[in-house]
Parts: sequence; C-alpha cells; structure tokens
Amino acid sequence: MKQTLLSLSDLSKQFDGKTVLDSLDLEILDGEFITLLGPSGCGKTTLLRLMAGFEHPDQGTITLSGQDLTHTPPERRPLNTVFQNYALFPHMSVFDNVAYGLKMEKRPKDEIRQRVNAALAMVQLDDYARRKPHQLSGGQQQRVAIARAVIKRPKMLLLDEPLSALDYKLRRTMQVELKRLQRELGITFVFVTHDQEEALSMSDRVVVLKDGRIQQLGTPREVYERPANLFTAQFVGEANFFAGCVDAVNGDDTITVDVFGLKRTFRKPDFQVFEGQPLHVLLRPEDIRVLAPDDEDGVAGRVVERNYKGSTLDSVIHLDDGTEVLASEFFDEDDPAFDYRLGEPVKVSWVDGWEWLLPQEAAKAEKEALADA
Amino acid sequence: MSRWLPRTYLTLVYMLLYVPIMVLVVFSFNESRTGYEWGGFSLRWYEALFNNRAMVQAMWNSLWLALSAATVSTVIGALTALALHRYRFRGKRVLNGMLFVVMMSPEIVLAISLLGLFLLVGLQLGYVSLLLAHVTFCLPFVVITVMARLNGFDEALPEAARDLGASDFIMTRTVLLPVIMPALLAGWLLGFTLSLDDVVVSTFVSGPSYEILPLRIYSMVRVGLKPEVNALGTLLLVFSLVMLMLSQWILLRSKR
Amino acid sequence: MQQPFRTAVLVLVWGWLLLLVLAPNLLVVGASVMTRDSATFISLPLNLDAYRQLFNPLYLDVFLHSLYMAAMTTLVCLLIGYPFAWALSKVPKQRQMLLIFLLIVPFWTNSLVRTYALKLILATNGLLNNALMSLGVIDTPMQMLYTEGAVIIGLVYLLLPFMILPLYAVFDGLREDLLRASHDLGAGRLSTFIHVIVPLTLPGVLAGIMLVLLPAMGLFFVPDILGGSRNLLVGNVIKNQFLDARNWPFGAAASIMLTLAMAFLMLAHRLSKRRIGEDGV
Repeated sequence: MKQTLLSLSDLSKQFDGKTVLDSLDLEILDGEFITLLGPSGCGKTTLLRLMAGFEHPDQGTITLSGQDLTHTPPERRPLNTVFQNYALFPHMSVFDNVAYGLKMEKRPKDEIRQRVNAALAMVQLDDYARRKPHQLSGGQQQRVAIARAVIKRPKMLLLDEPLSALDYKLRRTMQVELKRLQRELGITFVFVTHDQEEALSMSDRVVVLKDGRIQQLGTPREVYERPANLFTAQFVGEANFFAGCVDAVNGDDTITVDVFGLKRTFRKPDFQVFEGQPLHVLLRPEDIRVLAPDDEDGVAGRVVERNYKGSTLDSVIHLDDGTEVLASEFFDEDDPAFDYRLGEPVKVSWVDGWEWLLPQEAAKAEKEALADA
Repeated sequence: MSRWLPRTYLTLVYMLLYVPIMVLVVFSFNESRTGYEWGGFSLRWYEALFNNRAMVQAMWNSLWLALSAATVSTVIGALTALALHRYRFRGKRVLNGMLFVVMMSPEIVLAISLLGLFLLVGLQLGYVSLLLAHVTFCLPFVVITVMARLNGFDEALPEAARDLGASDFIMTRTVLLPVIMPALLAGWLLGFTLSLDDVVVSTFVSGPSYEILPLRIYSMVRVGLKPEVNALGTLLLVFSLVMLMLSQWILLRSKR
Repeated sequence: MQQPFRTAVLVLVWGWLLLLVLAPNLLVVGASVMTRDSATFISLPLNLDAYRQLFNPLYLDVFLHSLYMAAMTTLVCLLIGYPFAWALSKVPKQRQMLLIFLLIVPFWTNSLVRTYALKLILATNGLLNNALMSLGVIDTPMQMLYTEGAVIIGLVYLLLPFMILPLYAVFDGLREDLLRASHDLGAGRLSTFIHVIVPLTLPGVLAGIMLVLLPAMGLFFVPDILGGSRNLLVGNVIKNQFLDARNWPFGAAASIMLTLAMAFLMLAHRLSKRRIGEDGV
C-alpha cells in the first residue's frame, strides 16, 4: 500500500463571499498520478494553488509527510508547479529558466550546469539551451516548463491544465510523455484538467470536483463505470438515464427493476432499495445495442440522428415514450444491416450486466447545474 | 485610388515638417552673420556658444535638472504603475483620473497652479520648484509607459519565481525588474527629453537663481534672429534625436 | 513585509498628486473668486469680478481672436492630418514604423527651437521671401512675420503630429472587412465614407481636436516669436496677468475657462468612443 504524501483536511476558501472550496478532505498518495477533474469554477485550480502556496485557506490544514505546510510561503514548499501558459521568464534563456530553481538554492555552478543539461536531455531539448522562450514552439515551451519544475526534485509536481494551450495531436503526444516522465521520476503528479478524456487516460486516481466539493474519488474505471452520482455520470463521458422502478428485492442479492415495462434483473446496488422505489438506470452509449424492429427483445423507437465517427457509428434514437437514447456502436463489417436510415424504426436494448443503478435525486437541478457549467 | 497620389502627399507633408529643421541645421554652419545668405561653412557659432559662460552654465543647469527630474519621476512613476497594477485600493479611479488630467490639461494651467502654490507656501523659485514641477508633468508619461509593459506582463511569472524558491524581494530583482526595465528606461528617456525641452511650465516656476537653457533661448529668440540659436538648436535636436532613437531601440528590442 | 511597502508607495503617490496636482488646482479655483491684492496676490472678499472681467470688450476681443486662431489651426491640422493618417495607414507595415518614428521626432524635440526655425523662413528678408523674389513671383518682400497667418502656421507646424497620431490610430484599427462589407451591400465610395469611415474615425478626430485646440490657445511663445503684439493667445493673457500684471484672480479665471473647454472636449471624446462600443479612457 502506498503511503500518504500530502493530506488536505477540512479546507475551505472563499473569494468575495463566494465559496470556492467547501470543507474539503483529500489524501494524496506517494508516487501516484492524481487528477483533479471538474467544470470551470469547480475549485480545482484553487485547490492546486492552495497546495502550491499561492493562496491561503480560510480554514483547514495542509500537511506534507506529517509536516504542516498550511502557512508556508510557496518558496519554501518542496513542491513545484507547471503553469497553464508555462510562465517562462521571457528575459532568460532556456538554460537560465531551468537553472533558476537551483540558483535560488545557491548550488555550485558545475552542479547547476550538469543538472540543467540532464533535465534538458530528459525532455529532449539539449540543443535549445541558448534559445529564448519566444523562439520555441508551444510544445517545446511546455517541455522547458516541465524541466524547470522537476529540476529541484520536488516531492510533488503540480500541473495546472498544462496541455490546454496545445493542439489536439500535440496534446496526445504530451500526455504519453508526461506519463513516461512520471514513471521515470517517481514523483507524485497532481494534474488539473477539465478534459475528462485526458483525466481518464492518464491518472491512477481521479478526483471529480463540483462547487468546491469532491463528488467522487476513484480509479478512472470506477469513476466511469460506477459513478457515485448523476453529476459524475454526466460529466465523465456520455450517459443515458432510464427511469426505473424496483419491482422486487430478491433473496439472491439481485433486484428486479421495471424499465420501459420490461422486467430486468440486476445485481443489488450498494444503496438501500425497497419495493416501489424509483431509480435511474445508467447506460453508456457503447452499452446500447440497436436491433432490428422485428427483434423480440428491446424497446421500439426511431433513428433521428446518425453520426459517422470513423471507428464507431453514433446514433440518437427517439423511443416511442419520448426518451432520447444515445448509442455508439463499433462497426461490424460482417453485418449488412448495421447501417440505418434516418426515421427507420428500430429496437433498443443493452448488454445485460453493463448497467449501473443510481438512486433518484433532484435530477433536474443536477442537469441544470451541468448546463451552467 | 492610384498609389502615387497618397505617396506624394505623404512626402509633401513630411517635407513641410522637416524643411524648417533642415534650414536651421544648415544655417548653424553659416559663416554669415545676417543669417539669410550663405557665407561659407563655419563653426563660429558653436564656438561662440561654448565661449559664453552664462550659456554653458544654463546648459549644465538644464542637464542636471532633466537628469534629476527624469530619475525622480521614473522612480515615483514606476511605483505608481506597480501600485495601480498590483494593489486594489480605494480611489484607484481617482488616481488614474488625476494622472490623465495632468497629461491632457494645457501646460499653462499646470504652470500657473504650481506657481500659485509655490508662492503661497513661500518656496524660493529655483531648482527645487523647477524639479517639483517637471516631475509632476513627466509623471503621467512614465506611468503610462510602465503600465503598458505591466499590462502585457504574465501574472504567473512572479508566482513561478516564488514556486522555484525565490523570496518576494529576489523575485522583484530577478523577474519583475528585468521584465519592466525597458519601459523604465524608455520612461526615463522621455522624462529627460520633456524636461529638457519644456518652456511653458519653466517660464512660470523658475527664478533668477537657476537659469535653464529653454528660457535662455526664449529670451534670445523673442526679438530678431540670433545665429547662435541655430547652433544651439542643432545641438538640442541631435541630442533629442539620439535619446528618442535610444528609447525606440530599447522598446523594440524588448518586444522581440 | 508587503504591507509596509504597499503603504509607503500609496502614501508617496497620493501625497505627490494631492500636493502638486489637486491642491494647486483648488488654489486656482479659489484665486479666481478672490480679490486682487498687490502684496499677497489674492485676498478676500470673494466675488466674481474676475469672471466679469473676462467679458470686458478689450479681453473678449483677445479671447475671440485667440479662439479663432486656435480653431483655424485645428481645422488646418484636421484637413492636412485626416488624409495623411489615412494614407499612412495604407503604407506597408515595415515602412510605417519608420514614418511613425519621423512623426514622433517633433514630440521629442524642442518646440521653441522649431518655432525659431520657422522664423528663419518667414522673416521679411528670410528664405521664403528671397526665394519668391528670385523666382520673380514678387518684387518686394511680403510681410509674413508678425501676422495672424504666421501664428497659425507656427501652431500648425508644432501641433500637426498631435492631430495625426490619434487619427492614425483609428485608421490603423479600421477593419478592411467593414469597408468591403459596405461595398458589398451596395454602398459607393462616398456613402461608405460618410456612413462607415467617418463614424468609426470620429473618436480619433475628437482626440486630435482635443490635443490641438487646447494647446493652440496656450502656447504663448508662438505669438511671442512669430505674431507680434496684436495676435495674442489666451496663454499670453494668462501669462501677462500672472507674471506682469500680478492679477491672479483674472489669470486664474481665464485658465479655468481653458480647463472647462478641456473637460467639454474630453466628454465629447468619451461619448464618441462609447457610441462605437469602445470604453472611453
């Protein structure tokens, strides 16, 4: 089991009377890649700035390996930051930028030169030491910023949406590179992003934040497949929610749920269930199967939209009771009936066992909050 | 529109702007005393200038005044710009407005108000009154120059420096100052030139104890033509031009 | 550690501005409603005599004449400057830098010296008269110096860059696609000019007027050098009243009139910018 490196307890922060962080607790483990994910205004950047020491909490403590850091100024914290727009010093060369942290520690010149060169080699920028930041591309600047931040061998690296300024392809490359770096250096990475795809593909654990509170903390898989609430389910990936009602609680750890008049048997969820209880059946678009209209299984509807996505075919199906369903199916070359025309009647079903149950909550309010974000 | 018409027009206006200056420069090397006919090349007016002890004294006075006014206004102006940029405080808009009014209002309004103040508090007109007045009218220009630089300044830079272990003081020295240095230099050069060239305000707030160059020129050119003025004017023009090119060069280089 | 520094900076800045900007200006306002006194410059009782004196026919004439010359100066600057700024904004960017540089040179050079240079040209036996006579255009030298025209020429010469620079700024920011859109919608050259270009460049025009009109009433050394005793500016009156006649209330009242004119122009400029959706400075 990994040890706790940084622990945040009961952290609160307000700006101009608006609560940004609300009594938040979080334990960050040594050596993990943890991502703070959430819509803008959820408090993820503020949380990162509190860790770095650029802001001070109104309440709560921050401890690093048992040492209280809450009121330590940023220059005396053994953590470093990679800034959103890199924040490279424009008047210094790449070398001097990377060397800055070591100069602050008053290291001998030889050691500085050696370590800077090593850091630049690590990010494949050996030949660029003499350039000024403005002579580099966005991706190169990004790497300088990383080299500058890791050269002091911090206990933890804080990354504030570091890839948001890069174009899609470069972002993918940097994602892989960041993962590689994290493995090689063995440093804890705290990564802030609003991009759920990025969060899922890079992290060991994901913290989903909303309105200054943690919605869920778990592995990418847990967060995606077993979301703790409607917000997480909707924010992380696309989701279909079907209204269901508990028909029977069976003895063998299963329950029978009535969805669209179909009786389906599910594994009993973690929360309390009773007969007649309304709940949500969550299905990801890729869980959905679109069947021919004469199939005996499934719910009838019509195709109202179809988008060709390369490897998948995404469609929107309007069920007869008015529900809209998103479906995302992988191509099956052997199936001639795979493609549908708009308006074509179909039936919708899903793979048994892939559904996830959530208790009924104020669903409308959740949806509106998401739309605002 | 054809292309030669705008070009001819531009050239014509530039000629109108520059012909008098060129005439002045050429005539400063004119041997003839009358000053309207070419009497051959000569440096006699420059010689006369430097043999005139009162004139040389006025030059030194002006230089010293411009030097100190530019320096004081750069220090205060830079601090003002920093305060406006970094701090939130009450009356920020009022402060901004006051600087704007100083810059826009006719010099003569500033001049008489300062004269009134100095006489009322019994300040002897001379170096100190000139310095106070010059710093005041240079201030908004320095503030604007520095503010422009600070507005393009990435807020994350000071944080990055702190993050890498620099204290507030070290950060100011190693990041903030180097980044705004070009603006400070440009502001200083502008202040220096404004002070060196000022006639209107100086006319009011200077006293017999401290004679400065523009006022000496003023008393010379009010009546008739004085060939020495050609030489002196040429020197001042060259000096200002060098300062201007220096400041443009600094700003351009820093933009790259 | 940061708080004392902040306090020190704010005290210094506020102190300077209150003492050397606000206090003197209040003093001028105060002086304008007081009574002239030969020993202490101003004394009680309060009255509006100084303002009444402004409308004394003798001074009113001077003011109107000054206003006329300033207005002419502004008009000439606008007529020269508007097409100039337009043409300048069309020049390739590389060369524009140099041309702008040539325009701001005058801002950095001694205006007294440049006014004097004009005198060399305009004098009775100066360059222009000599040139015209040798070309046979005139037989006897014309009186050019010490005329109203000479003052206006001098003011235009000094103030033209201040008209051009704000105009250039608006022309430079004028988006080509707006003009194309106007042509595309069927407007000819003239209607595009009237309906699109003029409204969009109006803030620049007003800024230029502000930067030219007010100094054109205050630059007292221009009439002193070029204009003789009959072509006085408001600035000359203020200077004489303060330095020679020692009539502070009257000088102060005259300067307040200038300030009010400035306030009015600034307001107009602000409104014009707001109209096209830019925040006034």
